Amino acid sequence: MNIIYPAAVEVLQFLILLFAAPVFVGWVRMLKCWFQGRTSAGLLQPHRDIMKLFYKDVVLAENASWIFRFTPYLVFGATAVAGGVIPILSVGLPLSATADIIALVALFTISRFFTALAGLDIGTAFGGMGSSREKTIASLAEPAMLMAIFTVSLVSQSTSLSQMVNVIAHGEFVLRPSLAFALLAFVLITLAETGRIPVDNPATHLELTMIHEAMILEYSGRHLALIEWAGMMKLFLFTALGIASFFPWGIAAAGDIAFLPVTTVLLLFKLILAGIGLVLIETGLAKMRLFRLTEFLGSAFLFATLGLLSYFILE
Amino acid sequence: MSTNIAAQMNSVLAALVLLTAFGLLVQRRVYGLLHLFAWQGLFLSISTAVVGFVSSQHHLYISSVLTLALKVIVLPYILHTLIIRLKIHKEVETVVNVPATMLIGIALVIFSYHLTAPIRDLSTLVTKSTIAVALATVMLGLLMMITRRHAVTQIIGFLAMENGLFFAATSATYGMPLVVELGVALDILIAAFIFGIFFFHIRETFDSLDVEQMAMLKEED
Amino acid sequence: MTLLILLGTSFLAAIILAFVGDRRYAAEINILGSTATFIAGVALAVHVYLDGPMIAGGKFFFVDAFSVYLTVLTAFVSMTTAIFSRRYMRREREHGRVGHWGMRFYHAMFQLFIFAMLLALLTNNVGVLWIAMELATLSTVLLVSLYRTPTAIEAAWKYFILCGVGIAQALFGTVLLYFAAEKVLGEGGEALLWTNLSQVSTQLEPTVLRLAFVFLMVGYGTKVGLVPLHNWLPDAHSEGPTPISAVLSGLLLNIALYALVRCKVLVDGSTGTNQAGNLMMGFGLLSILVAAFSLLRQKDIKRMFAYSSIEHMGIATFAFGLGGPIATFGALLHMLVHSLTKSSIFFTVGHASQMHETQEMEKIKGLIRGNPLVGWGLMLGVMAIVGMPPFGVFTSEFLILTATMKDAALLAPLLLLGLGVAFAALFRRVQPMVAGAIPLYQKPLKAAHIPVILHMVLVLIIGLYMPNFLSRWFHTAVELLK
Repeated sequence: MNIIYPAAVEVLQFLILLFAAPVFVGWVRMLKCWFQGRTSAGLLQPHRDIMKLFYKDVVLAENASWIFRFTPYLVFGATAVAGGVIPILSVGLPLSATADIIALVALFTISRFFTALAGLDIGTAFGGMGSSREKTIASLAEPAMLMAIFTVSLVSQSTSLSQMVNVIAHGEFVLRPSLAFALLAFVLITLAETGRIPVDNPATHLELTMIHEAMILEYSGRHLALIEWAGMMKLFLFTALGIASFFPWGIAAAGDIAFLPVTTVLLLFKLILAGIGLVLIETGLAKMRLFRLTEFLGSAFLFATLGLLSYFILE
Repeated sequence: MSTNIAAQMNSVLAALVLLTAFGLLVQRRVYGLLHLFAWQGLFLSISTAVVGFVSSQHHLYISSVLTLALKVIVLPYILHTLIIRLKIHKEVETVVNVPATMLIGIALVIFSYHLTAPIRDLSTLVTKSTIAVALATVMLGLLMMITRRHAVTQIIGFLAMENGLFFAATSATYGMPLVVELGVALDILIAAFIFGIFFFHIRETFDSLDVEQMAMLKEED
Repeated sequence: MTLLILLGTSFLAAIILAFVGDRRYAAEINILGSTATFIAGVALAVHVYLDGPMIAGGKFFFVDAFSVYLTVLTAFVSMTTAIFSRRYMRREREHGRVGHWGMRFYHAMFQLFIFAMLLALLTNNVGVLWIAMELATLSTVLLVSLYRTPTAIEAAWKYFILCGVGIAQALFGTVLLYFAAEKVLGEGGEALLWTNLSQVSTQLEPTVLRLAFVFLMVGYGTKVGLVPLHNWLPDAHSEGPTPISAVLSGLLLNIALYALVRCKVLVDGSTGTNQAGNLMMGFGLLSILVAAFSLLRQKDIKRMFAYSSIEHMGIATFAFGLGGPIATFGALLHMLVHSLTKSSIFFTVGHASQMHETQEMEKIKGLIRGNPLVGWGLMLGVMAIVGMPPFGVFTSEFLILTATMKDAALLAPLLLLGLGVAFAALFRRVQPMVAGAIPLYQKPLKAAHIPVILHMVLVLIIGLYMPNFLSRWFHTAVELLK
C-alpha cells in the first residue's frame, strides 16, 4: 500500500499534466477570445492541433544535425520529469525525492538550452535571432527566478518542494511581505519564461517580434507537436508551481487518498482563476520593446530581492 | 486585534512603503509619481494608526490623521494643481539606466539594514523591524533626488524622504513628541508653498523644469 | 517675559512688514524691530549674566551662557544688517533689480529668519531646534532667488535641495537621539529636552548616539557649510542680496554650528571618548584646506568671501572638536569675531559691487579714492579676517593654534598651511581693489557707514582688550561644553 499508492498518484498526476496542459492553454485562448469579442475555437482546439501535427510528415533541413532531431524529445522529456517533481495533486510523491527546486530550475534550463541550440543548428537567420534573444531573456530571468525561489525556501527552511508546500499549507497562517514580493516576481518571471505578453507574443509569427516562435520555426510534424506540447506543459507547470508555492491550501497530504477528489476540484478552481489572471494581464498590456525587457526583468529581480530582504528585515 | 497580527500588518505596510519608494525611483510619468506618493502616504498613515492601536499611544492617531491630511490629500492636491497650471501633466522624463538604479537601491536597503542593527537589538517595540525600512525609504528618496533631473521629481523625492523620516520616528519611538510632529508638518507645508513658487520661477526663467539646465554656477578655472 | 518680547518682536515685525510691503517706511520698521530685538536680547543677557542659566515657559525655553551670547550676537548683527540694508536695498529698488513684491518679501522674510534663528537658540527642545533650523532655511531660500536671474534661481534651488536633504539627515539623527533618550527618561516630550538630556548623557546608549551623531554631523554640517557638503554655500552667498549674504555668513552658519556642538556634548557624555570630536576635527580641517585652496581660484568677490566663511567655520568646528578649555574658548571667540568681521566685509563688498555694478574682482578698482569708507572698511576687514593683529580674529586663531600644538601637534602644520594659503589668497585680491585710480565706470554712492564702523571697532576692541564680562561668559560656556 505504502508503495503502490504514491506511485498511483504520481501516474495520475502525470496523466493529468499531459491532458490538462493543452486544455489550460485552450482555456486561456478561449478567455482571450471572449475578452476581445471573438468566437473561440473551444477548449480542446490545442489538443486537435497537436494530434494533427502528429499525423503530418517531418520535413528536415539538409544540414540538420542530431541536435535538431534530438531536441524535441529532450524538451518533452525534461518537461515531463519536471511535471513529476512538482506537487500538483499531493505532496510526498516518489519522484519529488529525486529533485529539489533548484534541480527543477535546471531541468527547465536544459530544455531551453537545447531549444536555443536547435534554433542555431539549421543556420537560418530567424533561428539565430530567436536563440540570442531567448538567451538574453534567460540570463536575466533565471537569477530572478532563483531569488524568488530562495525566498520561499527561506520561509520554509527547505529547498524540497514537498517540504515547502507542507510548511506553507499546514503551518500557522502569517502575513508575509516576503512571499508577496516573491509572488509578484514569480508572476513576472512566468510571463517571461513561458513567452507571454508583454515579453513575447505566443500568437504571432511576425518576423521581428517573435522570440520563442523564431527558434522553432524550422520544426514540423511530430517534432513540432512535441515542442508545442512541451511548451503548453511548461505554462501549466509554472502555474502549478505558483499555486503550490504560494496558494497550496487544499493539497492532499502524503497518503491521504480520500482527499484527492477535493484537491482536484480545488486545483481546477485555482487553475481557472489563474487563467483569468493571465488573460487580464495579457489583454491589459501591450508587448514591450525588446530593449525595455531589461527593465521588466530587472523589476522581477528587484521584487525577488526585496522579498529576500524583507524576510530578513521584517520577519 | 492581537499584537502579533498588528505586527504582521505593520510589516506588510512597511513592505508596501518600500515598494512605493522603489516605484518612485523608476516611475517616468509625472502623474504616476504623484499617485505613488499619495499611496505611500496612505500606507504610512494606516501603519501609524495600527501602531497607535497596538501600543495604545493615542497621540499616534493624531499623527496618522495629520499624515493622511497632509501627505495624501493636501500635498498631492497642491502638486496636482501645480502640474495642471504648469501644463506638464503629459511630460515623460527620461530616466537613465533603470536596472543600475534599482541595484543601487537594493544595496541601500542592505546598507540601511546593517546600519540600524544596533537599534533593532535595543528596541523592545513591536515596530522594531521596520526601522530599517524607514531608513531605506530615506535613502531611496535621496537617491531619487540625485538621479532625477526634473524639478517636480526632485521635490517628490524630497517629500518621500520626509515620509521615511516620519516612518522612522513612528517605528523607532512610537512617534516624536507632538509639538515636534506638528512643527515638522508645518515646515513641510511651508516648503510646499516655497517650491510651488519656485516651479513658476524656474519655468519663467528656463522655459522648462529640467534642472539639467541649471549648470551655470560652477568653479571656473 | 524678556524671552517672549525677544521672540515676539521679530515674529510680529515679520507679520507687520508683510502687510506694510513696499512703503517708504518699511526699512525703518525693519530697523526698529531689529533694534527692539537687540535690546531685549541684551536685557536677557544681563539677566542670565546675573542669575545664571534660566528655564522658562514650562521647560520649553532654556538659556545659558552659550546660547545667550549667540542670541546677543544674532540680534546685534541683524540690527546692523537692517541698518545697512536700508540704503542698500533702496538703491537696488531704484535700479530696478527688485520689484514691489520683492521688497515686501525681503523685509518680512528677513524678520522671520531672525525669529527662526532666535528660536533655535532659545529652545530647550532638540526637536524644536531642528524645526527652527529648517524654518531658517526655508525663510532664506526665496531671499537668495530675490533677483530672479537664472543664476540666482539656480543658487536658490541648490540651496533648497541640498539643505533640505542635509537637514533631513539631522532629523533622522534627532529621532535616534530621542530613541536613546526615551530608554532613560521615559516617553513623551520630556525626553527631548536639552536640560534633561545633558543630565543623563552618561546613561544614554553609546552605540545609538554614535550612529545618531553621524547623521547629525552630516545634517547640521551641511548647514555649517563643511566640506564636502558645502556646495550650496558659495552659490547662495554670491547670488543673493548682500545683506542676506551677511546674515547667512555671519549668523546662520553659527547657529548650525551651535546645534552641532550641543549634540556633540551629549554624544561625548555618552561614549566617554572624543569620537564625535575627532569627526568634527576631520571635517573642520578638510574644510579649512579645501576652502583655502578654493580661495585662490575665485573671480567673484562675494563667492570668494563665501569660501572664506567655509574656512572660518572649519576653524571653529575643528576647535570645538579638539575640545579642552583653550580650544573651546578660542572657538567661541572665533564664532563671535568671525561673524562681526565677515558681516562687515559683506557690507562693504555690497557697496563696492553696487558702485561698479559687477561682482567681478577684476573690474573693481580704486575703492579708497572712490569712497574711503568702503575702501578702508574692506581693507581693514580683510586684514582682520586673515588674522592680522591687533584684530580679534588674531586672538582666537592664536588660541586655537596654541591648543592644537598642545593637543594635536601633528595637525598644526596643516592648520597653519590652510591659514597661510587663505592669507595669501585674500591679500593678493584685495590690494588691487582698494588701491589705484578711480575707473571711469565707478559710480558714487551713499554708503551705510554706521554698521561697518561699529563692527570694525568691536573687532578691534576684542582684539586689544577682552572685556571682563565677555571672558566670564566664555568661561561659563566652556564649562558647559566640557
